[in-house]
Amino acid sequence: MGAAVTPLLEIRELTRKFGGLTATDAVSFDVQEHEILSVIGPNGAGKSTLFKMMTSFLATTSGEVLFRGKRISDLKPHIVARMGIVRTFQETSIFKNMTVRESVLIAQHLRSTASLSGYFFGSRAARSDEDSFGRRADEVLSFLGISEIANERASNLPQGHLRALGIAIGLSTDPVALLLDEPFAGMNQDETMKMVSLVKSVRDRGVTVLLVEHDMAAVMTISDRIIVLNFGKKIAEGTPAQIQSDENVIEAYLGSSDDEIGI
Amino acid sequence: MSLKDARRILALAAFLISVFWLIPYLIAVSGYWNFYFTLTSVALLSVASAGVWLTFYIGRINIGQGAFALIGAYVSAILVTKAGISFWISLPIAGLFAGMVAVLIGLPILRLRGVYFAMITLVLTEVVRLAALALPITNGAKGIVSIPLPSELSIFGIVLIPDFSAIENPKLAFYYTACALMVACYAAMYRIVNSRLGQLCRSMQQNEELALSVGVNIAYLRVIIFAISSFFGGVGGAMFGAIAQSVYPSSFVVKDSIDFMLNCFLGGLGYVFGPMLGTLVLYFGWDLLFELGKYQLLIYSCVLILVILVLPNGLLSVRLSRILWARQ
Repeated sequence: MGAAVTPLLEIRELTRKFGGLTATDAVSFDVQEHEILSVIGPNGAGKSTLFKMMTSFLATTSGEVLFRGKRISDLKPHIVARMGIVRTFQETSIFKNMTVRESVLIAQHLRSTASLSGYFFGSRAARSDEDSFGRRADEVLSFLGISEIANERASNLPQGHLRALGIAIGLSTDPVALLLDEPFAGMNQDETMKMVSLVKSVRDRGVTVLLVEHDMAAVMTISDRIIVLNFGKKIAEGTPAQIQSDENVIEAYLGSSDDEIGI
Repeated sequence: MSLKDARRILALAAFLISVFWLIPYLIAVSGYWNFYFTLTSVALLSVASAGVWLTFYIGRINIGQGAFALIGAYVSAILVTKAGISFWISLPIAGLFAGMVAVLIGLPILRLRGVYFAMITLVLTEVVRLAALALPITNGAKGIVSIPLPSELSIFGIVLIPDFSAIENPKLAFYYTACALMVACYAAMYRIVNSRLGQLCRSMQQNEELALSVGVNIAYLRVIIFAISSFFGGVGGAMFGAIAQSVYPSSFVVKDSIDFMLNCFLGGLGYVFGPMLGTLVLYFGWDLLFELGKYQLLIYSCVLILVILVLPNGLLSVRLSRILWARQ
C-alpha cells in the first residue's frame, strides 16, 4: 500500500450524537482500494452508525467522509450509492415478495440510462437497459453460485441463501466499495466458511469490502485490516495479527471467552 | 405467441366487445336505460379507484382520492362555465391540475408511512370540501350548476366527438366516453405494473431502505406515482361533474374516499384489474341491498368485513387459487 496513493475512502473525525449519547466519537481511518477491512467492537460500539454515516443514511453530527478525495457526507443516499458506495443491511433485509432474479434486476438500477417515461413507453434506451440488466443479473447469480434459486421467492429462502442474495443485490449495483453489515450472523460454521470465500471472491472482482461483524474467527481469516471500536471511539487499527495482540482490544473484550474473540 | 398471450388477447377482446357492444345491445333490447347511468358511474369510479390502487402499489394507504376527484370536478366546471373552454380540453387540464396539487402535497407527506399517511390523506378530502365552501371561485355551498354538456371536439374540421347536446342519447355517449377513459386508464396501469416502473414500485413497497441503497430515487418515484394516481382521480371527478352537469362541495366526501379504497381492497391489491371488479361489485352490492331498508348499511358492512376476513387478497384471488387447486 503506497502512502502516496489517495485512499478510496477517508473517514475524518466522524462523530454522531443521539441526544446525550455519543454513538461514534471522532473516528478517523482510511480505506484502501481492494482491501477487506473489518470494523469490530462490542455491542453498541457504534459500528452500524458508522456504516450508516458512510453511506449517508444518517447525517453526521461533525466530521466528514471523503470518497477519492471528494466530500460525500450530506449527499443523498441514492447519490452516494450511485457513486459506488453500497451497503447491505444488518437484518436480512431483502425484497421479500420478489424472486431472487427480480431483486437482482432491481439492484441494477444504478446503471439505468432510460427515464421513467422511457420505461413506460418502452423506449430504445429502456429496452437496451432491460437487456443488459438481464444479462448482468444472470452473470451475478452464476458468479455467486445461486443460479438454481433464481426463480425462488426471497421469503422462502433459508438463511445462507438470503445472505447470498443480499450480496447479490449489493454486487449488482457494481459497487466500488461494498459495506456488509454482519454477513455471517446466524450462520453455522459451514455456511460461514462458504460466505468467507464468497466475500473473498467479491474482492477479487476488484470490489473493496468493508464488514461489520461479530464472528471473530471469520473476521480474522478474511480481513486485511481491522478497526476496533469501543463506546464509539476507535481503540485500535491494524492487521489481524496486530489486533489479536493489542492490549486495548483485549481489555475491551474482557469478559468474553478467549476463543470467542479468536485469540 | 405463447398460450398465455393468446389467452390474454382473447380475454381483452371479450372484455372490449362486451363493454362496447354487448352491454349497449342488451340495454337497447331490454329497455333498462337507467342502467347506462349505473355503469357509467362504475366506470368513472373505477378510474378514481385505480389511482388509489396505484398508491397502494408504492406502499401507501390513500384515503384522499375524493379530494382530487373534487378538485378535478371543480377545475373542469370552472373552465367550462367561466372561461368557456371546451370540456374535452378541460378534462386533461383537470387531471393535470389534480396531479400538480398532488406533487405539492405529496412532497412533504409522502415521507410518512402507514397510518400517518392515511390520516393526512383522510383529512385532505375534508380540507378540499371546506376550501370549496369558502372560496369565491367555487361559488360556496351553491356549487356550480347548469354546466353545459360537452361540446363538439374537432381537429381541422374533422369531428372527433359530436356535440353531446345534439345527440339523441347523451347517456349512451357518456357511457362510451367513460368506458373509453376506463380502458385507457387500466391500459396505462397495466403497462406501469408490467414495466420496470412496476418493479421499482414493488421494490419501494417492500423495502424502501434497500431500494434507496441500490440507487432507486424513491422520493421522486413516489411523487410521480402519487401524481399519476391523483391525475386519475381528477379526470374521474371532472367527468362526473360533466355528467351531473353540476358540482357541489359535497360531490365527493370522505365516504367516497373510503369507498375508493374499499374498491381496491375488495377487488384485490395484487391485481391491476382488482379495483375495477371491486367498484362493480361494491356499487351493485350496495344497490342490491336497497330492498333491506334500514338494515342495508348493517348487512353491507358485515358482508364487507367477512369478505376482507375470508379473502384478504380480494375477489380476484378466488379465481387464481381455484386454478392452482385444480392443478394439484
